[in-house]
Amino acid sequence: MDCPVVWLYCGGYIMAFNSNIPEGPLKDKWTDHLFNMKLVNPSNKRKYKIIVVGTGLAGGSAAATLAELGYNVEAFSYHESPRRAHSIAAQGGINAAKNYPNDGDSIYRLFYDTIKGGDYRAREANVHRLAEISNNIIDQCVAQGVPFAREYGGLLDNRSFGGAQVSRTFYARGQTGQQLLLGAYSALTRQMKTGNVKFHPRHEMLDLVMVDDKARGIITRNLETGEIKSHAADAVILATGGYGNVFYLSTNAMASNATAAWRAHRKGAYFANPCFTQIHPTCIPVSSEHQSKLTLMSESLRNDGRVWVPKEKGDKRKASEIPENERDYYLERMYPSFGNLVPRDVASRRAKNMCDAGHGVGETGLAVYLDFSDVISRNGQEWVAEKYGNLFDMYKQITGENPYEGPMMIYPAVHYTMGGLWVDYNLMSSIEGLHVLGEANFSDHGANRLGASALMQGLADGYFVIPYTIGNYLASNKLVDIDTNHPAFKDAEDKLKESNDKLFAIKGSRTVDDFHKELGKIMWEYVGMARNKEGLEKALVEIPKLRKEFWKDVKIPGSETELNPELEKAGRLADFLELGELMARDALNREESCGGHFRQEFQTEENEAKRNDADFTFAAAWEYKGENQTPELHKEDLNFEHVKLTTRSYK
Amino acid sequence: MNWLTTFMNSSIGKKFTMGTSGLLLCLFIAQHLVGNMMLFGGEALFNSYVATLSAFKPLVRIIEVIISIIFLSHIISGIRLTLDNKRANSSSYNVNTGSETSSFSSRTMAITGSVVFIFVIMHLSTIWYRFQLVHGSGSYYDIILGDAVGFGNPIYAAFYVVAMILMGVHLKHGFQSAFQTFGVSDSRYKGLIEKMSMIFWLVIPAGFTWIALWFGFIAEAI
Amino acid sequence: MQINLKVWRQENRQAIGGYKNYSVSDVSEHMSFFEMLDKLNNELVRKGEDPIAFDHDCREGICGSCGVTINGRAHGPLRGVTSCQLHMRSFKDGDTLVVEPWRAASFPVIKDLVVDRKSFDRIMESGGYVSINTGGTPDANAIPIPKIDADAAFDSATCIGCGACVAICKNSAAMLFVGAKVTQFTKLPQGKVERRERVKNMVAQMDAEGFGSCTNTGACEAECPKEISLTNIATLNKEYLKASLC
Ligand SMILES: Cc1cc2nc3c(=O)[nH]c(=O)nc-3n(C[C@H](O)[C@H](O)[C@H](O)COP(=O)(O)OP(=O)(O)OC[C@H]3O[C@@H](n4cnc5c(N)ncnc54)[C@H](O)[C@@H]3O)c2cc1C
Ligand code: HEM
Ligand code: SF4
Ligand code: FES
Repeated sequence: MDCPVVWLYCGGYIMAFNSNIPEGPLKDKWTDHLFNMKLVNPSNKRKYKIIVVGTGLAGGSAAATLAELGYNVEAFSYHESPRRAHSIAAQGGINAAKNYPNDGDSIYRLFYDTIKGGDYRAREANVHRLAEISNNIIDQCVAQGVPFAREYGGLLDNRSFGGAQVSRTFYARGQTGQQLLLGAYSALTRQMKTGNVKFHPRHEMLDLVMVDDKARGIITRNLETGEIKSHAADAVILATGGYGNVFYLSTNAMASNATAAWRAHRKGAYFANPCFTQIHPTCIPVSSEHQSKLTLMSESLRNDGRVWVPKEKGDKRKASEIPENERDYYLERMYPSFGNLVPRDVASRRAKNMCDAGHGVGETGLAVYLDFSDVISRNGQEWVAEKYGNLFDMYKQITGENPYEGPMMIYPAVHYTMGGLWVDYNLMSSIEGLHVLGEANFSDHGANRLGASALMQGLADGYFVIPYTIGNYLASNKLVDIDTNHPAFKDAEDKLKESNDKLFAIKGSRTVDDFHKELGKIMWEYVGMARNKEGLEKALVEIPKLRKEFWKDVKIPGSETELNPELEKAGRLADFLELGELMARDALNREESCGGHFRQEFQTEENEAKRNDADFTFAAAWEYKGENQTPELHKEDLNFEHVKLTTRSYK
Repeated sequence: MNWLTTFMNSSIGKKFTMGTSGLLLCLFIAQHLVGNMMLFGGEALFNSYVATLSAFKPLVRIIEVIISIIFLSHIISGIRLTLDNKRANSSSYNVNTGSETSSFSSRTMAITGSVVFIFVIMHLSTIWYRFQLVHGSGSYYDIILGDAVGFGNPIYAAFYVVAMILMGVHLKHGFQSAFQTFGVSDSRYKGLIEKMSMIFWLVIPAGFTWIALWFGFIAEAI
Repeated sequence: MQINLKVWRQENRQAIGGYKNYSVSDVSEHMSFFEMLDKLNNELVRKGEDPIAFDHDCREGICGSCGVTINGRAHGPLRGVTSCQLHMRSFKDGDTLVVEPWRAASFPVIKDLVVDRKSFDRIMESGGYVSINTGGTPDANAIPIPKIDADAAFDSATCIGCGACVAICKNSAAMLFVGAKVTQFTKLPQGKVERRERVKNMVAQMDAEGFGSCTNTGACEAECPKEISLTNIATLNKEYLKASLC
């Protein structure tokens, strides 16, 4: 069955829950689909208005490309400029199946690795399309003037990343995300100049507006003046990033949040696989109570760094005093073929196991070493600096220790969310006209994302998928003419003002940060790296309790009509407090271990994740049922026709 | 000529004018110093040097006009730049840390330039005026060393010395800055520019200063 | 440790701002400067006072959101770091820090330490790109680029658009920011096609935004968290002169 259609009976009418995967052989699906989709006449494009919320890699590339095609685009970001989006922080690189190093890579291999890396919980058709498009992305970015790393012969250089045995990662020192985002941003500014894109900086989307069950606009708050305003359009695109900050401490930027996605969810968009969170193995360990965020040390470091802990439990000697034969290079020992380059979920879990077993290092015992002494003595400090200079500097800046002299200390931290709003093959959510791109959707990474694949997915979605599929949507639907005078907008604006008033009216005693930290602790403890039934059930009690407390006791200073960061944070936290609960519910429901979701009850004797393919080969799409109501689960069955489901082995 | 006005009114265009005129003025002062050195040759040599120059009066007048234009354009664009920059930099910080991030000479260009300007005006209204406009048959040498407006007047000589030191400070930054403005300051030329800069900010002002000190104070003492 | 702060407070664009003194105790040297401000802000909120607004997001020196002057130094006393990367171990117990927003006519204050840097975006709009559309581009390896050029382009492209260069410049000139972008494209074959128009348009926009003229004092280079060098300004000048006069 190529086209799993699940018909749902909801509220009196039948709603299609259809992944809309095209018919035909895997490798022809996208090509055929491109041909079969309807086109919008070039001269008509101008008449369509498309709202793009979020101008990171996914949203920025989408907005620019749609504008180039002639659509009338309005883009929104809570940032002051598209260049500030969280995508800027991506360090390591972006994958593509170019096979430039001639090491046997191909589109099929990238597809295969991504499906396998995702622990067989992603859609084959989507992932294959992603692999096909990957090569165009590199061409596009180079043409924009993105200064990727090059070899002396002038051609592009590649590095290896976890979960792959080929070198397919293109990079720009440790600042790949920055360079790619600046590329997309430059394309976007070019369209801003032509007027095809109207950009609204410091505008936060706070609600989705639907007319006739189709997404037709949004409500925003101008963060500088507090003005609440409606915007109508023919289609809405959300590219608002991930929700890792539900854990309070994560590698995400401080303002990254789930509000846009969550409010769309409340309006009917299904939220898929919320429990699939990625814990990144190489982050700088937590050092104090006041820590506001965690810093990633790019996974690319695992190319040349070796991970170890002392063999002796509780060994408090300095790293330099521990002789070679008393060190346990545990990843190399356990996984001889992938070694330090096992996928993230495996590396993270192993680090946690080692620390839980008493081998952890540093003051807190919650860290392992990442050692560069071998590569420094082999290739010299300069070589290392050329490749990782900025990461080493960053490490030194944060910890005050020089990683050229001793090993780095690392520990896993929340990094990425594979889950997100459910979308079909065309990147349309369960709400018609609402499309979701980038980290905000759930599409391509299954239960675990491979390194350097998020940038690829974001740009694939924005540059090469949505520009076609949205055309198909617009050409296939006859939309009624509406503007912001439609009562649906007024209604949404009123509700929003009401909820803001409610927040101010609480006048409690605790700050937003207090609550957020507490939520983060619950999430990390019970919905973190290792989960179990008991803990998840506890979370399902604790989170609603905290939510109640929040609505009773939070304190928001200032007023609504000014720049008010506390109000912004409060709105976002209110959503996290609901999303956190859904994550726990999803994790409880998924009685298996797969990828980033590790249930302690389900593991092999060697402590590897044990999947349950018979019962859980599906994407869990949750439907919102109202405040404090249990959401409803819809299952999208995943059909694997090309890849055989096996136990992942990186040994 | 639209492109020219656009260019001249652009920030970089104004800088270009500044740099070009500044460097031409540097050539002028270099040439001027050579002339002044004739003082060491004694009265006869110096007088005949000035007399020879006077023989080419029309040519000298043309050169003088050109130099005046250069000088005026330097000053006018200097004033424009300074005003533009005051406007751009609306308010200042509570703590001023200029000295931690930039050099003294670069921060004082308008001041050092203005002092040099006052000096030049004075210099013209005295020496040049006496040489060129009211000169009868007396000795040029005597005017220069005389008590009226020459080095014989200690106040005059002291101001001369101060002005020359400040000109040195002006050129310490100005000379190499001009090359940065022309975009030729990459590493290939850096060494060369630095050496040439030494000539202009150190050697030449030192030369003028030496003359003033010698004829104003030292020669008299010995 | 205990840190005394003298912070610029300004309600909004129109308001007249002023300094206000605070004192933060129990500051740990592991804290970042912003974590210290977070602590103060939480205390202020609990007391019912308005917390200090400041821009920040990534807190790892790459997004370019943050930017305050601390004791007159843009991004604080250290070289090569952003405000968010500054840790309290750089300060001593009892220190008084004067914290101010970027000050420049083209960066109006929005609130407290938050300024409006849209002028940078408008400069980018005027030409900070290669004019190609999505799709139809040649294979990425079709044009080899000497490593040395690619690396040089990268060095310029690391600019995070924070505005420290403008903030510290006595002329509030944006030449380092603009120079970095122009240099990036000058080094790459992709950027060469439009180099003349690009530099003319970007400089025109820079002037129209009211940034000052560079007088080569070099303060920008000293304060730039990404250590963008003055050579970028020389390249900008050269490109502009060539485009305008040749
Ligand atoms: C430290 C770090 C390193 C990483 N390194 C890599 C790597 O090497 N390779 C890789 O492939 N991936 C990497 N990733 C993952 C990758 O960077 C992200 O998944 C990806 O950039 C997300 O892009 P995006 O466009 O979906 O969202 P974002 O870049 O997060 O953009 C979100 C946009 O939405 C806007 N927005 C959000 N909500 C609203 C709202 N309510 N109203 C208005 N605007 C809104 C924001 O202003 C922003 O413009 C890394 C992630 C982190 C945290
Ligand atoms: C003998 C006289 C002078 C010489 C040789 C001279 C030389 C120079 C040079 C070479 C520069 C550098 C230009 C650049 O950066 O591109 C400069 C800059 C400048 N000059 Fe002069 N100058 C002289 C007199 C003056 C006078 C009289 C004034 C004042 C009114 C003045 C004001 C300035 C200013 C404000 C600058 C600023 C530009 C900068 O800082 O780069 N100069 N000068
Ligand atoms: S040049 Fe440096 S200081 Fe200026 S905006 Fe760029 S990164 Fe900031
Ligand atoms: S907060 Fe991103 S650079 Fe400082």
